[in-house]
Amino acid sequence: MTEHTYKPLGRSGMAARAAQDIPGGWYVNLGIGIPTLVADHVPAEREVIFHSENGILGVGPAPAKHKENPWLINASSQRVSLHPGGSFFDHAMSFAMVRGQHLDLCVLGGFQVAENGDLANWAQSAESGTGQIGGAMDLAVGAKQVWVIMEHTTKGGEARLLKRCTYPLTAPRCVTRVYTSLAVLDVAERGFVVRDIIPGLSFEELQAKTEAKLHR
Amino acid sequence: MIDKFVRSMAEAMDGIKDGSTVLIAGFGDVGAPNALIEGLIEQGATNLTVVVNSGGRNRVAGVEPSGLTKLVALGRVKKMISTFIRAQSIAGELVRTGKMEGVVIPQGTLAERMRAAGAGIPAFYTPTGAGTMVAEGKESRWYQGRECILEEALPGDVALVEAWTADRWGNLVFRDASRNFNPVVAMAGALTIVQTHHVCDLGQLPANEIVTPGIFVNRVLHVPAGDPKPVV
Repeated sequence: MTEHTYKPLGRSGMAARAAQDIPGGWYVNLGIGIPTLVADHVPAEREVIFHSENGILGVGPAPAKHKENPWLINASSQRVSLHPGGSFFDHAMSFAMVRGQHLDLCVLGGFQVAENGDLANWAQSAESGTGQIGGAMDLAVGAKQVWVIMEHTTKGGEARLLKRCTYPLTAPRCVTRVYTSLAVLDVAERGFVVRDIIPGLSFEELQAKTEAKLHR
Repeated sequence: MIDKFVRSMAEAMDGIKDGSTVLIAGFGDVGAPNALIEGLIEQGATNLTVVVNSGGRNRVAGVEPSGLTKLVALGRVKKMISTFIRAQSIAGELVRTGKMEGVVIPQGTLAERMRAAGAGIPAFYTPTGAGTMVAEGKESRWYQGRECILEEALPGDVALVEAWTADRWGNLVFRDASRNFNPVVAMAGALTIVQTHHVCDLGQLPANEIVTPGIFVNRVLHVPAGDPKPVV
Protein backbone atom coordinates (compact mmCIF):
# COMPACT_ATOMS: atom_id res chain seq x y z
CA MET A 1 0.00 0.00 0.00
CA THR A 2 1.48 3.37 -0.95
CA GLU A 3 1.37 6.21 1.55
CA HIS A 4 -0.50 9.15 0.17
CA THR A 5 -0.13 12.64 1.48
CA TYR A 6 -3.24 14.08 3.06
CA LYS A 7 -4.08 16.82 5.54
CA PRO A 8 -6.62 15.98 8.26
CA LEU A 9 -9.23 18.65 8.91
CA GLY A 10 -8.62 20.80 11.98
CA ARG A 11 -11.30 21.97 14.45
CA SER A 12 -12.49 24.76 12.18
CA GLY A 13 -12.34 22.52 9.08
CA MET A 14 -14.54 19.86 10.69
CA ALA A 15 -17.01 22.51 11.85
CA ALA A 16 -17.12 24.03 8.36
CA ARG A 17 -17.70 20.63 6.76
CA ALA A 18 -20.68 19.93 9.05
CA ALA A 19 -22.05 23.45 8.53
CA GLN A 20 -22.21 22.81 4.75
CA ASP A 21 -24.86 20.15 5.32
CA ILE A 22 -27.29 22.08 7.56
CA PRO A 23 -30.31 23.16 5.52
CA GLY A 24 -31.97 26.54 5.97
CA GLY A 25 -34.98 26.53 8.29
CA TRP A 26 -33.60 23.96 10.74
CA TYR A 27 -33.64 24.41 14.53
CA VAL A 28 -30.19 23.36 15.71
CA ASN A 29 -28.43 22.91 19.05
CA LEU A 30 -24.64 23.03 19.09
CA GLY A 31 -22.74 21.21 21.84
CA ILE A 32 -19.69 22.41 23.75
CA GLY A 33 -16.31 22.50 21.96
CA ILE A 34 -15.90 22.07 18.20
CA PRO A 35 -19.69 21.95 17.55
CA THR A 36 -20.01 25.54 18.84
CA LEU A 37 -17.78 26.62 15.93
CA VAL A 38 -20.32 25.32 13.40
CA ALA A 39 -22.42 28.50 13.66
CA ASP A 40 -19.51 30.58 12.32
CA HIS A 41 -19.56 28.57 9.10
CA VAL A 42 -23.25 28.74 8.21
CA PRO A 43 -23.58 31.39 5.46
CA ALA A 44 -25.43 34.50 6.69
CA GLU A 45 -28.09 34.19 3.96
CA ARG A 46 -29.03 30.68 5.14
CA GLU A 47 -31.48 31.10 8.01
CA VAL A 48 -30.71 28.48 10.67
CA ILE A 49 -32.09 29.01 14.18
CA PHE A 50 -29.70 28.06 16.97
CA HIS A 51 -31.00 26.81 20.31
CA SER A 52 -28.99 27.01 23.50
CA GLU A 53 -30.17 24.80 26.35
CA ASN A 54 -29.81 27.57 28.93
CA GLY A 55 -32.94 29.09 27.45
CA ILE A 56 -32.32 30.82 24.12
CA LEU A 57 -33.64 30.42 20.59
CA GLY A 58 -32.01 32.56 17.93
CA VAL A 59 -28.47 32.63 19.30
CA GLY A 60 -26.36 35.00 17.20
CA PRO A 61 -22.59 35.29 16.76
CA ALA A 62 -20.11 36.45 19.38
CA PRO A 63 -20.52 40.21 19.82
CA ALA A 64 -17.79 42.82 19.45
CA LYS A 65 -16.04 43.42 22.79
CA HIS A 66 -17.81 46.74 23.45
CA LYS A 67 -21.22 45.23 22.68
CA GLU A 68 -20.95 42.26 25.05
CA ASN A 69 -23.97 41.56 27.23
CA PRO A 70 -22.96 39.77 30.46
CA TRP A 71 -26.53 38.43 30.80
CA LEU A 72 -26.43 36.65 27.47
CA ILE A 73 -24.30 33.51 27.39
CA ASN A 74 -24.59 30.24 25.50
CA ALA A 75 -24.45 26.73 26.98
CA SER A 76 -20.65 26.87 26.75
CA SER A 77 -20.78 30.02 28.98
CA GLN A 78 -19.47 32.19 26.13
CA ARG A 79 -21.00 35.62 25.66
CA VAL A 80 -23.17 35.64 22.56
CA SER A 81 -25.67 37.90 20.79
CA LEU A 82 -29.36 37.44 20.06
CA HIS A 83 -30.69 37.31 16.52
CA PRO A 84 -33.72 39.55 15.84
CA GLY A 85 -36.72 37.30 16.56
CA GLY A 86 -34.80 35.47 19.28
CA SER A 87 -36.46 34.51 22.54
CA PHE A 88 -35.66 33.60 26.14
CA PHE A 89 -37.36 30.88 28.21
CA ASP A 90 -36.71 28.78 31.29
CA HIS A 91 -34.91 25.45 31.52
CA ALA A 92 -38.06 23.31 31.64
CA MET A 93 -39.32 24.94 28.42
CA SER A 94 -35.87 24.68 26.87
CA PHE A 95 -35.65 20.96 27.51
CA ALA A 96 -39.25 20.47 26.41
CA MET A 97 -37.94 21.64 23.02
CA VAL A 98 -35.09 19.12 23.27
CA ARG A 99 -36.93 16.13 24.74
CA GLY A 100 -40.15 16.78 22.84
CA GLN A 101 -38.31 16.21 19.54
CA HIS A 102 -38.73 19.76 18.31
CA LEU A 103 -35.07 20.24 17.35
CA ASP A 104 -34.13 19.17 13.82
CA LEU A 105 -30.52 18.60 14.75
CA CYS A 106 -28.01 18.61 17.54
CA VAL A 107 -24.29 18.55 16.86
CA LEU A 108 -22.28 17.04 19.70
CA GLY A 109 -18.66 16.32 20.47
CA GLY A 110 -17.72 12.71 21.09
CA PHE A 111 -15.15 10.36 22.55
CA GLN A 112 -16.46 7.26 20.77
CA VAL A 113 -19.24 6.30 18.36
CA ALA A 114 -20.22 2.67 17.70
CA GLU A 115 -21.45 1.25 14.41
CA ASN A 116 -24.95 0.85 15.87
CA GLY A 117 -25.08 4.59 16.67
CA ASP A 118 -24.19 4.38 20.37
CA LEU A 119 -22.53 7.58 21.60
CA ALA A 120 -20.04 8.03 24.45
CA ASN A 121 -19.19 11.67 25.16
CA TRP A 122 -19.54 12.43 28.88
CA ALA A 123 -17.08 10.28 30.85
CA GLN A 124 -14.03 8.16 30.14
CA SER A 125 -14.54 5.73 32.99
CA ALA A 126 -17.47 4.15 34.75
CA GLU A 127 -16.55 5.77 38.07
CA SER A 128 -19.80 7.26 39.30
CA GLY A 129 -20.23 10.44 41.32
CA THR A 130 -18.48 12.81 38.93
CA GLY A 131 -18.86 13.46 35.22
CA GLN A 132 -20.05 16.00 32.72
CA ILE A 133 -23.43 15.04 31.35
CA GLY A 134 -24.86 18.55 30.96
CA GLY A 135 -27.55 18.47 28.29
CA ALA A 136 -25.90 15.76 26.16
CA MET A 137 -28.13 12.82 27.15
CA ASP A 138 -31.29 14.84 26.52
CA LEU A 139 -30.02 16.14 23.18
CA ALA A 140 -28.82 12.73 22.01
CA VAL A 141 -32.23 11.21 22.74
CA GLY A 142 -34.42 14.14 21.74
CA ALA A 143 -33.08 15.74 18.56
CA LYS A 144 -34.37 14.36 15.23
CA GLN A 145 -30.81 14.14 13.86
CA VAL A 146 -27.70 13.66 16.00
CA TRP A 147 -24.39 14.51 14.35
CA VAL A 148 -21.06 14.01 16.11
CA ILE A 149 -17.90 15.95 15.32
CA MET A 150 -14.63 14.47 16.56
CA GLU A 151 -11.06 13.56 15.59
CA HIS A 152 -11.05 10.27 13.70
CA THR A 153 -8.66 8.71 16.24
CA THR A 154 -7.36 9.58 19.71
CA LYS A 155 -4.08 11.47 20.09
CA GLY A 156 -2.48 8.07 20.67
CA GLY A 157 -3.88 6.79 17.35
CA GLU A 158 -6.58 4.57 18.84
CA ALA A 159 -9.82 4.21 16.93
CA ARG A 160 -12.91 6.18 18.02
CA LEU A 161 -15.29 4.59 15.51
CA LEU A 162 -15.83 1.24 17.16
CA LYS A 163 -17.87 -1.94 17.04
CA ARG A 164 -18.96 -1.18 20.61
CA CYS A 165 -18.17 1.83 22.81
CA THR A 166 -15.91 1.10 25.78
CA TYR A 167 -16.69 4.37 27.62
CA PRO A 168 -19.99 4.97 29.44
CA LEU A 169 -22.80 5.72 26.98
CA THR A 170 -24.50 9.06 26.54
CA ALA A 171 -27.35 7.31 24.73
CA PRO A 172 -27.73 4.10 22.76
CA ARG A 173 -28.40 4.10 18.99
CA CYS A 174 -28.72 7.85 18.63
CA VAL A 175 -26.01 9.06 16.23
CA THR A 176 -27.08 9.55 12.63
CA ARG A 177 -23.86 10.97 11.15
CA VAL A 178 -20.22 11.51 12.13
CA TYR A 179 -17.87 14.24 10.88
CA THR A 180 -14.27 13.36 11.65
CA SER A 181 -10.93 14.89 10.76
CA LEU A 182 -10.74 12.35 7.91
CA ALA A 183 -14.25 11.53 6.70
CA VAL A 184 -18.00 11.96 6.82
CA LEU A 185 -19.88 8.80 7.73
CA ASP A 186 -23.58 7.97 8.02
CA VAL A 187 -24.77 5.51 10.63
CA ALA A 188 -27.02 3.09 8.75
CA GLU A 189 -28.64 -0.27 9.52
CA ARG A 190 -25.49 -2.07 8.30
CA GLY A 191 -23.08 0.25 10.15
CA PHE A 192 -20.85 3.14 9.09
CA VAL A 193 -21.32 4.19 5.47
CA VAL A 194 -18.60 6.49 4.15
CA ARG A 195 -20.01 9.53 2.38
CA ASP A 196 -16.88 11.58 1.96
CA ILE A 197 -13.13 11.17 2.54
CA ILE A 198 -10.58 13.99 2.64
CA PRO A 199 -8.45 14.30 -0.50
CA GLY A 200 -5.40 12.02 -0.66
CA LEU A 201 -6.73 9.34 1.71
CA SER A 202 -8.00 6.02 0.36
CA PHE A 203 -10.94 3.99 1.65
CA GLU A 204 -8.49 1.26 2.74
CA GLU A 205 -6.33 3.74 4.63
CA LEU A 206 -9.44 5.11 6.36
CA GLN A 207 -10.50 1.56 7.27
CA ALA A 208 -7.05 0.95 8.81
CA LYS A 209 -7.71 3.83 11.24
CA THR A 210 -11.18 2.56 12.12
CA GLU A 211 -12.10 -0.42 14.28
CA ALA A 212 -15.64 -0.82 12.94
CA LYS A 213 -16.13 -2.14 9.42
CA LEU A 214 -16.71 0.65 6.90
CA HIS A 215 -19.18 0.37 4.06
CA ARG A 216 -19.13 2.16 0.72
CA MET B 1 -51.00 43.67 53.41
CA ILE B 2 -48.93 40.99 51.73
CA ASP B 3 -45.29 41.98 51.77
CA LYS B 4 -42.72 39.34 50.86
CA PHE B 5 -39.80 41.74 51.04
CA VAL B 6 -37.37 41.00 53.84
CA ARG B 7 -35.01 43.69 55.09
CA SER B 8 -31.90 41.68 55.87
CA MET B 9 -30.03 38.59 54.81
CA ALA B 10 -30.53 37.13 58.29
CA GLU B 11 -34.29 37.46 57.82
CA ALA B 12 -34.03 35.90 54.34
CA MET B 13 -32.16 32.87 55.70
CA ASP B 14 -34.16 32.51 58.91
CA GLY B 15 -35.16 28.96 59.83
CA ILE B 16 -33.15 27.00 57.24
CA LYS B 17 -32.41 23.72 59.00
CA ASP B 18 -29.46 21.35 58.93
CA GLY B 19 -30.10 18.52 56.51
CA SER B 20 -32.22 20.64 54.14
CA THR B 21 -32.41 20.04 50.41
CA VAL B 22 -31.48 23.34 48.76
CA LEU B 23 -32.26 23.99 45.09
CA ILE B 24 -29.95 26.60 43.55
CA ALA B 25 -30.74 28.29 40.22
CA GLY B 26 -28.32 29.79 37.71
CA PHE B 27 -26.23 28.70 34.76
CA GLY B 28 -22.59 29.62 35.20
CA ASP B 29 -22.65 32.96 36.96
CA VAL B 30 -25.73 34.13 35.04
CA GLY B 31 -28.89 34.00 37.13
CA ALA B 32 -26.99 32.54 40.08
CA PRO B 33 -28.23 33.72 43.52
CA ASN B 34 -24.67 34.25 44.77
CA ALA B 35 -25.58 36.67 47.56
CA LEU B 36 -28.08 34.18 48.98
CA ILE B 37 -25.45 31.39 48.86
CA GLU B 38 -23.10 33.65 50.84
CA GLY B 39 -26.01 34.27 53.21
CA LEU B 40 -26.52 30.54 53.64
CA ILE B 41 -22.82 30.11 54.41
CA GLU B 42 -23.15 32.82 57.06
CA GLN B 43 -26.39 31.33 58.41
CA GLY B 44 -24.62 28.07 59.17
CA ALA B 45 -26.96 25.26 58.05
CA THR B 46 -24.99 22.14 57.29
CA ASN B 47 -25.37 18.54 56.15
CA LEU B 48 -27.16 19.95 53.09
CA THR B 49 -28.27 18.27 49.90
CA VAL B 50 -27.58 20.79 47.15
CA VAL B 51 -29.24 20.59 43.75
CA VAL B 52 -27.53 22.76 41.15
CA ASN B 53 -26.69 22.61 37.46
CA SER B 54 -22.93 22.78 37.82
CA GLY B 55 -20.91 21.65 40.82
CA GLY B 56 -18.63 24.68 41.04
CA ARG B 57 -15.09 25.59 40.30
CA ASN B 58 -11.65 24.07 40.52
CA ARG B 59 -9.26 24.87 43.35
CA VAL B 60 -7.04 27.75 42.22
CA ALA B 61 -3.89 28.50 44.21
CA GLY B 62 -4.17 31.87 45.97
CA VAL B 63 -7.88 32.32 45.18
CA GLU B 64 -10.47 32.02 47.97
CA PRO B 65 -13.42 29.97 46.79
CA SER B 66 -16.70 31.90 46.76
CA GLY B 67 -20.41 31.16 46.46
CA LEU B 68 -21.32 27.53 45.82
CA THR B 69 -17.67 26.47 45.58
CA LYS B 70 -17.09 27.91 49.07
CA LEU B 71 -20.18 26.21 50.54
CA VAL B 72 -18.84 22.91 49.18
CA ALA B 73 -15.23 23.57 50.24
CA LEU B 74 -16.44 24.26 53.81
CA GLY B 75 -17.82 20.72 53.96
CA ARG B 76 -21.42 21.87 54.41
CA VAL B 77 -22.80 19.73 51.59
CA LYS B 78 -23.28 16.01 52.20
CA LYS B 79 -24.80 15.32 48.79
CA MET B 80 -24.76 17.15 45.48
CA ILE B 81 -27.17 16.46 42.63
CA SER B 82 -25.82 18.12 39.51
CA THR B 83 -25.41 17.74 35.75
CA PHE B 84 -21.76 18.63 35.73
CA ILE B 85 -19.21 17.75 38.43
CA ARG B 86 -15.71 18.05 37.05
CA ALA B 87 -13.28 15.52 38.50
CA GLN B 88 -10.74 18.33 39.06
CA SER B 89 -13.20 20.67 40.81
CA ILE B 90 -13.39 21.04 44.58
CA ALA B 91 -16.70 19.17 44.49
CA GLY B 92 -15.07 16.43 42.39
CA GLU B 93 -12.26 16.16 44.94
CA LEU B 94 -14.74 15.70 47.79
CA VAL B 95 -16.68 13.08 45.85
CA ARG B 96 -13.50 11.15 45.01
CA THR B 97 -12.31 11.16 48.61
CA GLY B 98 -15.72 10.05 49.89
CA LYS B 99 -16.44 13.29 51.78
CA MET B 100 -19.48 14.17 49.68
CA GLU B 101 -21.91 12.08 47.66
CA GLY B 102 -22.14 13.15 44.02
CA VAL B 103 -25.03 12.29 41.72
CA VAL B 104 -24.63 13.38 38.10
CA ILE B 105 -27.87 13.52 36.10
CA PRO B 106 -28.99 14.87 32.71
CA GLN B 107 -29.85 18.57 32.60
CA GLY B 108 -33.30 18.11 31.10
CA THR B 109 -34.09 15.49 33.71
CA LEU B 110 -32.95 17.90 36.42
CA ALA B 111 -35.22 20.67 35.11
CA GLU B 112 -38.17 18.34 34.60
CA ARG B 113 -37.81 16.71 38.05
CA MET B 114 -38.05 20.15 39.64
CA ARG B 115 -40.90 21.21 37.37
CA ALA B 116 -42.69 17.97 38.30
CA ALA B 117 -42.18 18.69 42.00
CA GLY B 118 -43.72 22.11 41.56
CA ALA B 119 -46.60 20.72 39.51
CA GLY B 120 -47.54 17.88 41.85
CA ILE B 121 -46.30 15.10 39.57
CA PRO B 122 -44.52 12.51 41.76
CA ALA B 123 -42.65 10.79 38.93
CA PHE B 124 -42.49 10.51 35.15
CA TYR B 125 -41.02 8.29 32.43
CA THR B 126 -38.41 9.65 30.03
CA PRO B 127 -36.14 8.06 27.40
CA THR B 128 -33.28 10.34 28.51
CA GLY B 129 -30.71 8.21 30.34
CA ALA B 130 -32.18 4.83 29.36
CA GLY B 131 -29.41 2.37 28.51
CA THR B 132 -26.79 4.45 30.38
CA MET B 133 -25.31 4.62 33.89
CA VAL B 134 -28.10 7.06 34.77
CA ALA B 135 -30.63 4.21 34.49
CA GLU B 136 -28.98 2.09 37.19
CA GLY B 137 -31.49 1.15 39.88
CA LYS B 138 -34.42 2.80 38.09
CA GLU B 139 -37.58 1.16 36.84
CA SER B 140 -37.85 1.04 33.09
CA ARG B 141 -40.57 0.33 30.57
CA TRP B 142 -41.18 0.83 26.87
CA TYR B 143 -43.36 3.55 25.42
CA GLN B 144 -43.76 4.23 21.70
CA GLY B 145 -40.97 1.78 20.88
CA ARG B 146 -38.42 3.43 23.18
CA GLU B 147 -37.07 2.36 26.52
CA CYS B 148 -37.91 4.91 29.21
CA ILE B 149 -36.82 5.20 32.84
CA LEU B 150 -38.80 6.38 35.84
CA GLU B 151 -37.55 9.65 37.29
CA GLU B 152 -38.91 11.07 40.52
CA ALA B 153 -39.86 14.65 41.30
CA LEU B 154 -37.14 16.66 43.03
CA PRO B 155 -38.62 19.07 45.58
CA GLY B 156 -36.55 21.39 47.75
CA ASP B 157 -36.98 22.43 51.36
CA VAL B 158 -35.41 25.67 50.20
CA ALA B 159 -35.03 27.25 46.74
CA LEU B 160 -32.60 30.07 46.00
CA VAL B 161 -33.49 32.32 43.06
CA GLU B 162 -32.10 35.42 41.37
CA ALA B 163 -34.53 37.83 39.68
CA TRP B 164 -34.11 41.09 37.79
CA THR B 165 -37.18 42.84 39.22
CA ALA B 166 -39.67 41.85 41.92
CA ASP B 167 -42.71 43.41 43.60
CA ARG B 168 -44.08 42.86 47.11
CA TRP B 169 -46.30 39.96 46.00
CA GLY B 170 -43.17 38.16 44.82
CA ASN B 171 -43.94 38.47 41.11
CA LEU B 172 -40.69 38.10 39.20
CA VAL B 173 -39.15 38.98 35.86
CA PHE B 174 -35.70 37.92 34.69
CA ARG B 175 -33.10 39.49 32.47
CA ASP B 176 -32.12 37.75 29.23
CA ALA B 177 -30.50 34.34 29.71
CA SER B 178 -30.54 34.67 33.51
CA ARG B 179 -34.03 33.16 33.50
CA ASN B 180 -32.61 29.61 33.02
CA PHE B 181 -33.38 27.44 36.07
CA ASN B 182 -34.92 30.26 38.15
CA PRO B 183 -38.65 29.72 37.37
CA VAL B 184 -38.46 25.92 37.87
CA VAL B 185 -36.40 26.20 41.04
CA ALA B 186 -38.89 28.77 42.35
CA MET B 187 -41.85 26.43 41.85
CA ALA B 188 -40.11 23.40 43.41
CA GLY B 189 -39.14 24.98 46.73
CA ALA B 190 -41.19 24.77 49.92
CA LEU B 191 -39.42 27.97 51.01
CA THR B 192 -38.45 30.01 47.95
CA ILE B 193 -36.08 32.88 48.64
CA VAL B 194 -35.33 35.44 45.94
CA GLN B 195 -32.55 38.00 45.57
CA THR B 196 -33.54 40.71 43.11
CA HIS B 197 -31.58 43.46 41.39
CA HIS B 198 -34.53 45.81 41.28
CA VAL B 199 -37.77 46.27 43.16
CA CYS B 200 -40.95 47.99 42.04
CA ASP B 201 -44.40 48.88 43.30
CA LEU B 202 -47.26 46.45 42.91
CA GLY B 203 -48.80 46.99 39.47
CA GLN B 204 -45.64 48.25 37.82
CA LEU B 205 -44.70 44.87 36.35
CA PRO B 206 -46.91 44.43 33.27
CA ALA B 207 -49.15 41.40 33.90
CA ASN B 208 -48.38 40.18 30.38
CA GLU B 209 -44.68 40.04 31.19
CA ILE B 210 -44.54 38.46 34.64
CA VAL B 211 -42.62 35.17 34.30
CA THR B 212 -42.85 33.76 37.81
CA PRO B 213 -46.10 34.65 39.59
CA GLY B 214 -45.68 35.42 43.27
CA ILE B 215 -47.52 32.29 44.42
CA PHE B 216 -44.20 30.43 44.05
CA VAL B 217 -42.24 32.96 46.12
CA ASN B 218 -41.95 33.34 49.91
CA ARG B 219 -39.23 35.91 50.58
CA VAL B 220 -37.59 38.61 48.47
CA LEU B 221 -34.38 40.43 49.33
CA HIS B 222 -33.21 43.46 47.36
CA VAL B 223 -29.60 42.81 46.28
CA PRO B 224 -28.29 45.03 43.47
CA ALA B 225 -25.62 42.46 42.69
CA GLY B 226 -24.24 43.91 39.43
CA ASP B 227 -23.38 42.10 36.20
CA PRO B 228 -22.57 38.37 36.15
CA LYS B 229 -18.88 37.66 35.90
CA PRO B 230 -17.48 36.08 32.76
CA VAL B 231 -16.23 32.51 33.00
CA VAL B 232 -12.45 32.53 33.36
